[in-house]
Amino acid sequence: MIRMKPVDVVIVGFGWTGAIMGAELTEAGLNVLALERGNYRDTSPDFIYPRNADELAFGIRGDLFQPLARETITVRHGLNDTAVPYRQYGSFLFGNNVGGAGVHWNGQHYRPSPEDLELESHIAQRYGRKFMPEDMQIQDYGVTYDELEPFLEHFEYVCGTSGKAGNLNGSLQEGGNPFEGPRKREYPNPPVRSNYGAGLFADAARALGYKPFPQPSANASQVYTNPYGVRLGPCNLCGYCERFSCYMYSKASPQTTILPVLLRRPNFSLRTQSHVTRVNLDSTRKRATGVTYIDAQGQEVEQPADLVIVAAFQMHNVRLMLLSGIGAPYDPVTGKGVIGKNYAYQMMSSISVFYDRDVAINPFIGAGSGGNVIIDEFNSDHFDHGPHGFVGGGYILGGQTGGRPIQQLLLPPGTPAWGEKWKRAAKESYLHTTGVQTHGSVMAYRDRYLDLDPTYKDAFGLPLLRMTFDWHDNEYKMTKFLTDRAQEIANQMKPRQTSATVRQPGSHYDVRQYQTTHTTGGVIQGASPETSALNRYQQSWDVPNVFVTGASAFPQNIGYNPTGLIGGLTYWSAKAIRETYLKHPGPLVQA
Amino acid sequence: MSNKPRSPSRRDFLRQSMVAVPAVTLLGSSALAPEPGHAAPGTGAKTYAPRYFNAAEWDFLQAAVDRLIPPSEDGPSAVEAGVPEFIDRQMDAAYGHGGYWYMQGPFVPESPATLGYQLRYTPREFYRKAIAAIDDWCRRQHGKSFSALTHEQQDDILGQMEKGQIKLEDVPTDTFFSQLITNTKEGYFSDPMYGGNKQMGAWKMIGFPGARADFADWIEQPGKAYPFGPVSIEGEQS
Repeated sequence: MIRMKPVDVVIVGFGWTGAIMGAELTEAGLNVLALERGNYRDTSPDFIYPRNADELAFGIRGDLFQPLARETITVRHGLNDTAVPYRQYGSFLFGNNVGGAGVHWNGQHYRPSPEDLELESHIAQRYGRKFMPEDMQIQDYGVTYDELEPFLEHFEYVCGTSGKAGNLNGSLQEGGNPFEGPRKREYPNPPVRSNYGAGLFADAARALGYKPFPQPSANASQVYTNPYGVRLGPCNLCGYCERFSCYMYSKASPQTTILPVLLRRPNFSLRTQSHVTRVNLDSTRKRATGVTYIDAQGQEVEQPADLVIVAAFQMHNVRLMLLSGIGAPYDPVTGKGVIGKNYAYQMMSSISVFYDRDVAINPFIGAGSGGNVIIDEFNSDHFDHGPHGFVGGGYILGGQTGGRPIQQLLLPPGTPAWGEKWKRAAKESYLHTTGVQTHGSVMAYRDRYLDLDPTYKDAFGLPLLRMTFDWHDNEYKMTKFLTDRAQEIANQMKPRQTSATVRQPGSHYDVRQYQTTHTTGGVIQGASPETSALNRYQQSWDVPNVFVTGASAFPQNIGYNPTGLIGGLTYWSAKAIRETYLKHPGPLVQA
Repeated sequence: MSNKPRSPSRRDFLRQSMVAVPAVTLLGSSALAPEPGHAAPGTGAKTYAPRYFNAAEWDFLQAAVDRLIPPSEDGPSAVEAGVPEFIDRQMDAAYGHGGYWYMQGPFVPESPATLGYQLRYTPREFYRKAIAAIDDWCRRQHGKSFSALTHEQQDDILGQMEKGQIKLEDVPTDTFFSQLITNTKEGYFSDPMYGGNKQMGAWKMIGFPGARADFADWIEQPGKAYPFGPVSIEGEQS
């Protein structure tokens, strides 16, 4: 085995959280190495126009996604089922290469609600423990909204996020989200103007007494220079956003916000085509000595480091912890163990809103987030759940992110899938259709978890991650409630016709339909090593010189897109490393 | 509304096609005997020689996709749009070889449908196996291969495939139908550089401006019909 020169810090994976940790820990004077299994890429020459305006390559084939041919996961619905591989993309989309999923995301940039971070305590206090089904195992994050607020804000300023504050230091602001936690400052950029469909949604929502606001968007609405001195350009609503890279330097990604500065620092280095297969431990198994990776030539390389940051995508973090033997694997029968525990997801529904030919929606005018409108009345615990009998909620969105015809063509109910009638409907509906969507939380349950598959292997012969997941009644109730509200707004929009897609009780999790890439949990943070893998600073309880960033730390999922919380938690963790851990390397919280 | 984009009529479509590729078109339509229900003159679709599909498969493919998206006054049919060429070229791309998919066994095709594709076939293998099996079934049931049947018979068979009602050994016909219709719509609506969507005819039909990808000034004009036709990645304009 090849043995490299030791470094202070090795970062596994170079997406959003790897870039943030790289920036923070090089600023602290440390010698930092990031290992990325994919290739280097940047706006120019990799994301340029017109190459990026290619629906087949990026939207359908998924050229920005991790090649499943080399590594995927397996999926089963229940503990007694046999899992089979997720062979083609559907339900969620893994990122790939430098920037990770931070390149192909939509820029929907939210903060959690304060109660989301203390969910177990909050629900128990407001509704009583019996309100939670017996097998629901939700937990607190171990960090409060007030503690996290400066870090959530900082990430928004790094991204140049466009939006309108709804609560500035406790004072409610017209036009923003009145349900959000208090923020100290306004968003760094004003909102992107609403697209036409979103405007119709906003009018209807207002007429029903709701408080619509512009979706917070990491698509810059104007030229903006972030705290690192990196400049973003204004979004031009090109309609090629989710699943695509951004040719306008508008959508926040590691490339457009952090890398231009970080890559030039002399105490930082990036090694691509370096696939980490395990975190190495010393004989006490309480201390990591570095990582082992496979390089571009297929050689095994040992990289010694004093501090290991596991910063890959949520599922890859869980798998690396299991492959490395850090923390006890979760057992769904006894409920003991922590790695793989509390895998959660999100539950979506959508309503297509069809107008007559005199209403020009122009669906191709869209951005991943900028230009859409939200109501947040039914998210988190913004309403009394008592009469409804479920935990969680979600936001309702109006508008569209684009009108790419292979994937985003919406047709009236009853249209056949082919033939002359299909063709006629495509021609008559395309320009005149918009949408309303709900984006709902999923709680954590005892029998929903991640472990290593006993049968299927990756290209290196290592076991794939196995997901055991299906919907629970709580989420069916949540999505029905949310979709009923969305339908009322859609009706108020005075369309010719609507068509709702909502998951029905009894239907199983379907990997073929895209839902969200917001997979969470498996290396969760919390208050005790009995119930969580990480402490409140995302530090491993078992091996204190290992930190694990990203959505794998979420004890259960939220009703928002996760990236804002992920960025905030990463800056929070980085501060604890810089200010406390480096002075006294060891546990930041005593177990 | 007077400022709405004018939907291109079929006559406009053909006229623009003729202007765009006159030489190829004339050669194509005169060199091959036209078959009923297949390529209309003026598209050049018949001049393409398949690289992957053999003659029998090519006949099936052209006949089948032109029933999925048939000729009509609304816009181009799948064959007019070059969908068979698109699919043939995809067979030699990474997609056709299953390069995007995890293809390690064991394969468990009897898994619940909700767990996704679990067949051992790459797309090119699936077309080869399925077309032969369906043509064989057509000859047994109707005495002719699929492409020689009437449109009514073809529509009926496609409808049965869609519902998985035709049972063939080793070929789940609903799964094959799903691949066929997916690839057909991909070819119909993707950028013309992949071989389908000739002269951006499918984009013109629905009003999608293709690779324009810049609407900064249009967000200020909500509800106003967008007046410009599509452009393609390689610079075709309308």
